[in-house]
Amino acid sequence: MRALAPGLLALLLLAGPARPEALVVSLSFNRLAVTSTYAGTSVAVFGAIERDGQAASRAGGYDVVVTIRGPRQSLTVREKEALGPAWVNRSQQKFAEVPSFLAVLSSRPLAEVADEATRRRLRLGLASIIASPDLTLTAPTADDPFREALLRLRQRERLFTESEAGVRFLSPSVFRTTAPLPATAPVGAYDVEVVLLAGGVALARREERFDLVKSGIEQRIAAAARDWSLAYGLAAGALALISGWLASVIFRRD
Amino acid sequence: MQIYLPIAEMPVSVLVLLGLGAAVGFVSGLFGIGGGFLMTPILIVMGIPPAIAVATQTAPIVASSTTSVLAALRRNALDLRLGLVLVLGGFVGTSLGVWFFAAVRRAGQLDLIITVAYVTLFTVVGGLMLTESLRGFWARRRGRARPARLGGDHAAYMAWPLRMRFPRSRLYASVIPILGLALFVGFTGAVLGIGGGFILVPALLYLMRVPTGVVVGTSQFQILCTSFVALVLHAVQNQAVDIVLAVILIAGGVFGAQFGARAGRNLRSEYFRFLLAILVLAVGLRFAVELVLRPEEPFSIVVQEAR
Repeated sequence: MRALAPGLLALLLLAGPARPEALVVSLSFNRLAVTSTYAGTSVAVFGAIERDGQAASRAGGYDVVVTIRGPRQSLTVREKEALGPAWVNRSQQKFAEVPSFLAVLSSRPLAEVADEATRRRLRLGLASIIASPDLTLTAPTADDPFREALLRLRQRERLFTESEAGVRFLSPSVFRTTAPLPATAPVGAYDVEVVLLAGGVALARREERFDLVKSGIEQRIAAAARDWSLAYGLAAGALALISGWLASVIFRRD
Repeated sequence: MQIYLPIAEMPVSVLVLLGLGAAVGFVSGLFGIGGGFLMTPILIVMGIPPAIAVATQTAPIVASSTTSVLAALRRNALDLRLGLVLVLGGFVGTSLGVWFFAAVRRAGQLDLIITVAYVTLFTVVGGLMLTESLRGFWARRRGRARPARLGGDHAAYMAWPLRMRFPRSRLYASVIPILGLALFVGFTGAVLGIGGGFILVPALLYLMRVPTGVVVGTSQFQILCTSFVALVLHAVQNQAVDIVLAVILIAGGVFGAQFGARAGRNLRSEYFRFLLAILVLAVGLRFAVELVLRPEEPFSIVVQEAR
């Protein structure tokens, strides 16, 4: 929540009570059951721009940036350095509250949507999100190799993605976008933030959320492992013993 | 065919895992080792979180060692007495290892300790075994039969106090070095997330001079007891045992272990030692290369906690 506060404040100051534009956003699902055949999915975001009758039409047209954030995790990025002949983890940087999944989809390249200061302030784009100072305890430096590494590694795993033409306008005031969720994206709560801009200025912001939840047998196994851990462990052990015994009966030749 | 793992929270290919389980099971049945030192790194490479890989791979080890122990019992190739002494020492060693593991993790150098330990242990054990078996080959080629084991050629440590008779292994030796060995194996196993069979087998062969036929059965017995306890402990402490993954690995593993055990019976003793030496050495060198080579990506991410 702390991460969003400056952005929110900026929007409130900017828009005031008589906000000419408002956003209506809907997701293709709000709760998705992860079953044994789950191999990733994609979430579609639909949106409409509602305009106050007196609002003047925007000369440059609207821009939309959709940011999907997965469950937060705290993590450490380590760097291997040469120590004699060996390569050893030496320096490290701790991060708190990093989204486990990040997808940024925009209607135009982010550099054209807003200038860098605005992008930083509103956390638009992977670079701005990763550069935000509240990810670490220490103040960020100009080009932090650990932040770059975090971004690079997660992008390689397809857990952080940025799509410059991901949002399509179906009409001047209706848009949609689809974000793929790889199967490696963890279960949990996902925030979808939609920001409407015009001429580099934020006009409206809307947040929705969806949940990926384990269901059926997956959910029951996970619950048993958590709530009945001793019984679960003994069951796993018994299962292994019985399979071993069965195999020796089946394959017995002597 | 893909299936979603409920604890690891990721989909995996069932066929690949079955094949992997069978391959590791074959090696494990062949040499009388657990195979954890092969399975754990492969699972991690497949993207399964390390804690879950280490915890879950104990289940197929329990299964395959159960099969081996039952087979050894039928062939009377198991020294139960020696096995129980090894289990006793092993439990103490495992507890110490778990404690040491936590201490090193707090210090933040777990990766380094594990890699260095793998390199040292595997290259030293593998190298010793390789020279020994090569020496055996040369002696044979020169037409000289290697001297058969005599009653009196025990090392000095065998004559320490607290001597105990192990009739099945034709051994009359002090319990102290045996307990010490089991303690070391249990300790290393807990720190490295492996069963330790690959240390136990050569140690019993070369240091204790236990006959080859008995070594495999006895070491499997020790592995069975240790990995069963490890499996339950992992489930209780870390909730990291993925039972779906375990079932797939077990299914592949028990088949592989059968063929491995059969192949092992037809294998001549010298070849057996030679092949095991090569395997252990190869794993050690792989870790050495990883340690010494300039990494392509020097950065790595470790997730502490998700919320």
